[in-house]
Amino acid sequence: MTELLHYEFMRRALIAALLVGLVTPIIGTYLVQRRLALLGDGIGHVALTGVALGLLTSTSPVLTAAVVATLGAVLIELVRVRTRTSGDVALALLFYGGIAGGVLLIGLTPGASNATLVSYLFGSVSTVEEADLWVVGVLAVGVIAVVAVFGRELFVLCQDEEVARAHGLPVRFLSVLLAVTAALTVVIAMRVVGVLMVSALMIVPVAAAQQLTRSFRVTMTLAVLIGLLSSVGGLATSFHADLSPGATIVILALAVFCVAVAVGGVLRRASNGRTPATLGPTGAGPADTMPETDRGRVTP
Amino acid sequence: MSDQFTDVVAVNAPPAFQVVDAHVAYDGVPVLNGVNLQVPVGQTMAVLGPNGSGKSTLMRAMLGIVPLTSGRVLVHGSPLRRFRAWRRIGYVPQRLTAGGAVPATVREIVASGQVASRGRFSLPTRAHREAVDEALELVGLADRGRDSARELSGGQQQRVLIARALAGRPDTFVMDEPMAGVDAANQQALAGIIARLRERGSTVVLVLHELGPLEEVIERAVMLDSGDIVHDGAAPEPTGACARPGHEHQHPHPSPYSPDSADTTTAAEMIRLEVPGRD
Repeated sequence: MTELLHYEFMRRALIAALLVGLVTPIIGTYLVQRRLALLGDGIGHVALTGVALGLLTSTSPVLTAAVVATLGAVLIELVRVRTRTSGDVALALLFYGGIAGGVLLIGLTPGASNATLVSYLFGSVSTVEEADLWVVGVLAVGVIAVVAVFGRELFVLCQDEEVARAHGLPVRFLSVLLAVTAALTVVIAMRVVGVLMVSALMIVPVAAAQQLTRSFRVTMTLAVLIGLLSSVGGLATSFHADLSPGATIVILALAVFCVAVAVGGVLRRASNGRTPATLGPTGAGPADTMPETDRGRVTP
Repeated sequence: MSDQFTDVVAVNAPPAFQVVDAHVAYDGVPVLNGVNLQVPVGQTMAVLGPNGSGKSTLMRAMLGIVPLTSGRVLVHGSPLRRFRAWRRIGYVPQRLTAGGAVPATVREIVASGQVASRGRFSLPTRAHREAVDEALELVGLADRGRDSARELSGGQQQRVLIARALAGRPDTFVMDEPMAGVDAANQQALAGIIARLRERGSTVVLVLHELGPLEEVIERAVMLDSGDIVHDGAAPEPTGACARPGHEHQHPHPSPYSPDSADTTTAAEMIRLEVPGRD
């Protein structure tokens, strides 16, 4: 592990992986809660157009991707609200527009090759430069700040939009804020796992964590730990085994998910064995009828 | 005592809700056809009606969840657009489950009801935590705070939603079919909670399919049919505050269904007949 740090490019890659592992599951928890798990994917595709614009105009692709992804995120929200197009159709429109735009523009860029395209599609963490790292660092701080300030409102919004309205919360603003924050997160993760797999790091650690938890806060914390483990572990593994870092990180996260499903199943069975004791004799019910198990105690 | 309090407030304060000629249409299909309704502060009122009568839409329009095509809604004297005292409102949506896609503990969900009464940058104070404790206590889930909401029964999850509305200590409650899909024992528990809210002088607006065990706590029943109010007056059981001398019901729409004070029982029969059982 320590020999990783001997190489300048690996040190930069490790910092990028750490930031990605930290930030993506935080936003992912809200997206899963809001049942918009594929939003990150849609924005990722749009970000490719941004990258291509950056290459074409010789500006920082990370910066242009941030701008275009943000615009795309706002657009997704507007399409969702205004046209009554269902969320998944709105996302699909952006998927294809973003990918097609990106491929088209990269093709127009002199000096850009298929290798350039592939490095953004699937990530190339070893080519992260110091300037990229600064952009990613600032974006990560921004994302964490948004969650620190608006986290409680986002929780209510993602839980139940109607309740958020009845609390007088600025639902439109919060929806756009969440989408834009997701867009920035996508840009952060883009260099590490690529636009096609960016959503995996937002969603898979959360899906794994919620196999084992009963609280939102703990789910988010555990998802961040799984995210960090996958991104740093995946990077180290790919370095030693000479694998594609982005793919290794995602495969590792999926492996953690499988383990979490198995462990969660065992834990639930164990806790169901113990539940009747705390509930009294009437509380005993078969393990798979959870909503019914407590029918013995009703009135206060 | 609480009745006295209610009356004093009712004289001085603007109505909790004032709905003036409210029209709502979905995709051009009218759902509410010019509803007029005033809910005085401290009243416990039921909105009844068959499926598709517009009762849920009326309630959503009263909170600005659904936009009006024309008309006005005033909440505690302010037009909805300028209403800022959201911490006074406790809303219980009609849901089968209390949780989202990510697990959340009962306590987390209940505490989220304080989102309007807590500043963006503040940490929860002892008063906030006590309000959550109190809300859990009132719905009889004090010992389930650490459990995942999705592990509870349907009736208990409904009580979690009510506790969430209570946690911000509002004085105006709006509940959309809190009895739907809840077993008899849990319905009794809910009726007890609503009676407690009434004693405190809270305003409670309930959308209901049928009065059921709430019959005794409802002071006034408004009945909708096809987007119009067809009955506004006594709740079927003239007990409690309704039996008080000098208690007046409002009848903004003279309607053939409007009961005289003498034959409220007939009205009760009628309402039960008009309302089909469960969905």
